[in-house]
Amino acid sequence: MFRAKYFEAIRTAAVIVIALIIAFLIISLVSDQPLKTIGIFLLEPFSTKGHIGNVIEMAIPLMFTGLAVSLLFRANMFNLGAEGIFYFSGVVASVLAIHLSLNSWLHPLVAILAGSITGALLSAIPGILKAKWNANELVTSLMFNNILFGVGLYLLNYHLRDAKAFANVSFKFEKTAQLSKLFAGTRIHTGLIIVLVLIVLAHLFLYRTKWGYELRMTGVNREFARYSGMKTAKVIILVHLIAGFIAGMGGSVEVLGMYSRFQWTSLPGYGLDGALVAMLAKNNPLSVIVSALFLAYIRIGADLMARLSDVPSEMISIIQAVIILLISAEQFLKFWKNRMLLKEAKEA
Amino acid sequence: MNSLLDVILTTDFAFSVLRVTTPILFAALGALISNRAGIINIGMEGIMLVSALAGVIVSAYTHSAWVGLLGAVLSGTLIAGILAFFTLKFKTHIILGGVAINMFASGGTVFILYLLSGDKGSSTSLASKVLPSVQIPLLKDIPVLGPILSGHHILTYFSILSVLVVYYLLNRTPLGLRIRSVGENPHAAQSVGVSVVRIQYTALLLSGFFASLGGAYMSMGYLSLFTRDMVAGRGWIAIAAESMGRSTTVGTALTSLLFGAADALSNALQVLKIPAELIATLPYVATVVGLIIYAVSETRKKNKKLKTTTTK
Amino acid sequence: MANALLEMRGITKVYPNGVVANKDVGFSLREGEIHAIAGENGAGKSTLMKIMFGMEEPSEGAIYIRGEQVKLQSPQDAIDRGIGMVHQHFMLVPSFTVAENMVLGMEPRKGVGFNAGEAVRLTEETARKYNLSVNARAKVEDLSVGMKQKVEILKALVRGAKILILDEPTAVLTPQETEELFHELQQLKEQGHTIVFISHKLKEVKAICDRITIMRGGRSEGVFQTREVTEQGISRLMVGRDVVLKYDKDSIPHGKPVLRVEQLAVSDSQGKALLAEISFSVREGQIVGIAGVEGNGQTQLIEALTGGLRGVSGSGAVSVKGTDIRGLDILGIRSLGVSYIPEDRMRQGSAGDASIADNLISTRYRSKDMNKGPFLHSSKIAALASSLVEEFKVRCSGTRQPVGMLSGGNMQKVVVARECSTNPQLLIAEQPTRGVDIGAAQFIHQKLLELRSDKCAIVLVSADLNEILELSDSLLVMYEGQIVAYFDNPSAVSEEELGLYMLGINRQDKEQTGRALNHV
Repeated sequence: MFRAKYFEAIRTAAVIVIALIIAFLIISLVSDQPLKTIGIFLLEPFSTKGHIGNVIEMAIPLMFTGLAVSLLFRANMFNLGAEGIFYFSGVVASVLAIHLSLNSWLHPLVAILAGSITGALLSAIPGILKAKWNANELVTSLMFNNILFGVGLYLLNYHLRDAKAFANVSFKFEKTAQLSKLFAGTRIHTGLIIVLVLIVLAHLFLYRTKWGYELRMTGVNREFARYSGMKTAKVIILVHLIAGFIAGMGGSVEVLGMYSRFQWTSLPGYGLDGALVAMLAKNNPLSVIVSALFLAYIRIGADLMARLSDVPSEMISIIQAVIILLISAEQFLKFWKNRMLLKEAKEA
Repeated sequence: MNSLLDVILTTDFAFSVLRVTTPILFAALGALISNRAGIINIGMEGIMLVSALAGVIVSAYTHSAWVGLLGAVLSGTLIAGILAFFTLKFKTHIILGGVAINMFASGGTVFILYLLSGDKGSSTSLASKVLPSVQIPLLKDIPVLGPILSGHHILTYFSILSVLVVYYLLNRTPLGLRIRSVGENPHAAQSVGVSVVRIQYTALLLSGFFASLGGAYMSMGYLSLFTRDMVAGRGWIAIAAESMGRSTTVGTALTSLLFGAADALSNALQVLKIPAELIATLPYVATVVGLIIYAVSETRKKNKKLKTTTTK
Repeated sequence: MANALLEMRGITKVYPNGVVANKDVGFSLREGEIHAIAGENGAGKSTLMKIMFGMEEPSEGAIYIRGEQVKLQSPQDAIDRGIGMVHQHFMLVPSFTVAENMVLGMEPRKGVGFNAGEAVRLTEETARKYNLSVNARAKVEDLSVGMKQKVEILKALVRGAKILILDEPTAVLTPQETEELFHELQQLKEQGHTIVFISHKLKEVKAICDRITIMRGGRSEGVFQTREVTEQGISRLMVGRDVVLKYDKDSIPHGKPVLRVEQLAVSDSQGKALLAEISFSVREGQIVGIAGVEGNGQTQLIEALTGGLRGVSGSGAVSVKGTDIRGLDILGIRSLGVSYIPEDRMRQGSAGDASIADNLISTRYRSKDMNKGPFLHSSKIAALASSLVEEFKVRCSGTRQPVGMLSGGNMQKVVVARECSTNPQLLIAEQPTRGVDIGAAQFIHQKLLELRSDKCAIVLVSADLNEILELSDSLLVMYEGQIVAYFDNPSAVSEEELGLYMLGINRQDKEQTGRALNHV
């Protein structure tokens, strides 16, 4: 019993170890000074306050999308739409950050809420299509990513673009709209507090309320949930609304926390990264904190490595691919679990 | 409006439709084959990107465009093979596997490009080769048709040929029969001794093969070099085309052409001040609308069946 | 046994989840005979056939063909040795033509291509040879069920099958199609084929089979010459009791009617009647048993009572405590005090990856009791879960253990605990002790009797005759969607007698079955 129970944790650890070993191998092949480079990759993120700050800054959007995807996966909904919603809500928040004039309390609040609600409504569309007509939520959400990107880019280029700026960026946000920094010497912003509160709320929602209970049961066995009297179609729409709200809030917070102009001319990738975070966290809200920090850590490590050595930071995408392939591989190490179960059955 | 028609009703425009359709068509045919075997390969974007880079690198080092093409195809098929290995052997979720392939490709190609050329943006410093364009004798001298159909890149002709090949493969060969049976009723296939896993391996490898032809076209025809993220959503458009073409060869080819036309049109429509960004979303909007119409009609059909029996 | 074409000796099959499907079964097939395998659902017929066709490997035992031991590790092995199977759920690709289905896996070629003409020719030739007419160019999805079955038979024959296994072939056929099938099987026999015919329809078995092997509870009850045994004899062997259960039942007066079903009729989307003229009632403190061979309408009846009926149409009235429940959804029906123990605890009855506690509250997490403000009242839930686990003697490592880790019997106890502990007015219990050990079964029976004492009305649907005869106050027998018998004193009914009704040999008149509505 004891060993089989920790199988999932052991497996996750094994995946991470394998991914790191592959990272070391790549570095060894590419770098002139492999040991030094590995040292930079692993230790540099902790070396200064600024670097630690970078890790946490990077973890904030990952936590948002990781949380959103976790909830969807929990309900057994295969929806990868957080990507497009994150982007588009960022555009919506930017519009309000540029055009509204409010005080510095209300301004970010209004902008973020508008982005979040936009996200919720956009996310509900694949949800309703799924619940009502059983349209494949994966395909619709993937198509939506591209549609939202196109529309967002159009808004940026035609309505928000600051012709005086040299790059393809929006007008400057009002100072009042930007999120304030938490720690001097870093760019960690109040978004951290927002996302941590959200994670705790999601945890309470998922494990302590009846709606969260319905969501979990629908995800584990929709037939059972239906048999028990739950309205599973409503549950599916609700989880889409919530996940869209969270992803939308993530995009809005990221824009207002890290930038003074909207400047994404391609999808930032946080939505799909969210799938990776959720998988590492086994779809547990609280674990999302750890797995987002881990992912942010190896990314910042790779960035610093690229800056301080001869290995480009894109190495990290190879590592991420390895992690996804292995962590979602049902059969990976399964033989080992079976052996453990057999042994335990014999001992019992 | 007239100015728009002036643009569209030219042989140049028709020519450019075929030119931009080529990579979409290749990838859509690839998506079609794996879908018919019951596995959704969403790694098209990644496979195209890897093969586009491989074509550039191999042709630069061997000084042969044809060997470069071979390299592109082999590497793209290899990536599909890796995806197949993980999904069929390790039971990795096919969609997450596809996500991983795309993630790997978008960073991995830049990584390798940088190592070889010291540049993260494009392969200008690599002396890569380009596959030739072909003037078709006789055809090229016919007015209107000549300028539209002749003088295309060799892979463009190959993509049209591929439609026929895939149609023949799926509908007129034993392998095609097995691929379709595995996608439609794997138990039936299994019960007569057809190995479902082996067929799905084959289908995924074939989907990688066709997608990588699309990738090779991108860097050895459409452009003459590799640039970062140069596939730019064409893999997704291909998946959309396959979905909207209702998983038939003819439907997929026609939808690919339609989406290619939309792409070519986005330049033309700028004359009307319709922004290219919005035009670019048309294939996806069309696919969502198509999906909704299909899903609703399916549900209606079921309900109708119910009603007629109730009134009995 | 020198003349045995195929022989299976000492076959034991234990599935990974611990279910023993076959226990030391022997089976012997003579060349050129039609051999029936009869037995109730769960008797182990299908498993034995899957082993014969290479779909499952036996845990113990060996298979011999013409005296030579063989290993059948895949259907292909079986096909290579001349064994073909017609599955109950057809193994056909709907969008393919008949000819394409025929040759799948052994396609004739012309160059690199598929030789469609040759496939059609081969199909037509085979069809002619065996006198089974089919349209080789028709699409399978457009064919009738009987036609599809013909294609399945031809598929086996074209692959050189000498032994043909048919798994409940008549279950989906009309009487006319059945007759046609029998005619075809006779012809195949005359051409030297050997046929294994799985069925529980005794008339059919008597009509065309030479010998019969009877199975019960995973064992073989022996093999007989069909003409030497009577239908009654077969039915006794099929449904005889294994363990004698005896319970002390207080005789308590039955109260007001809780469930009332009147003239219920249901038909499927093709208009085929699934239920006809079903009328009965269940009163407070009364257990009404519904016996019958599976597939005679019990499933549809339960769906009609629990709100699960979809994709069908029907007429008639169903009321619980005077409230019409037709048109109510599952939650609406449950809020009237209806509980339901489903037949399939894995598919419907539980959420395997969720904890025992989560599984126990799925029908009452909405109640005021279980909530405190916006939150679920976790201490109350934990207390409820522990007390239920204790009361129902669920063996587990704690209430947070995933239900999927429990043994079948303990998982079923969790389902029963949930459904029995909400003070139900009406409990629908469908196969409540299927596949559980005898200890758990007896425990569950006691719980049902306790509920009965608490004035709960209970509908008990079970294939376990021992259980149904012992627990029921009144007993209905269903056959082909109708109530064919009503007994007001089940413990006095013998299993032989019951078997005759279940298998459609006997049937009571309308006056007697009509008593089910008012129990007078």
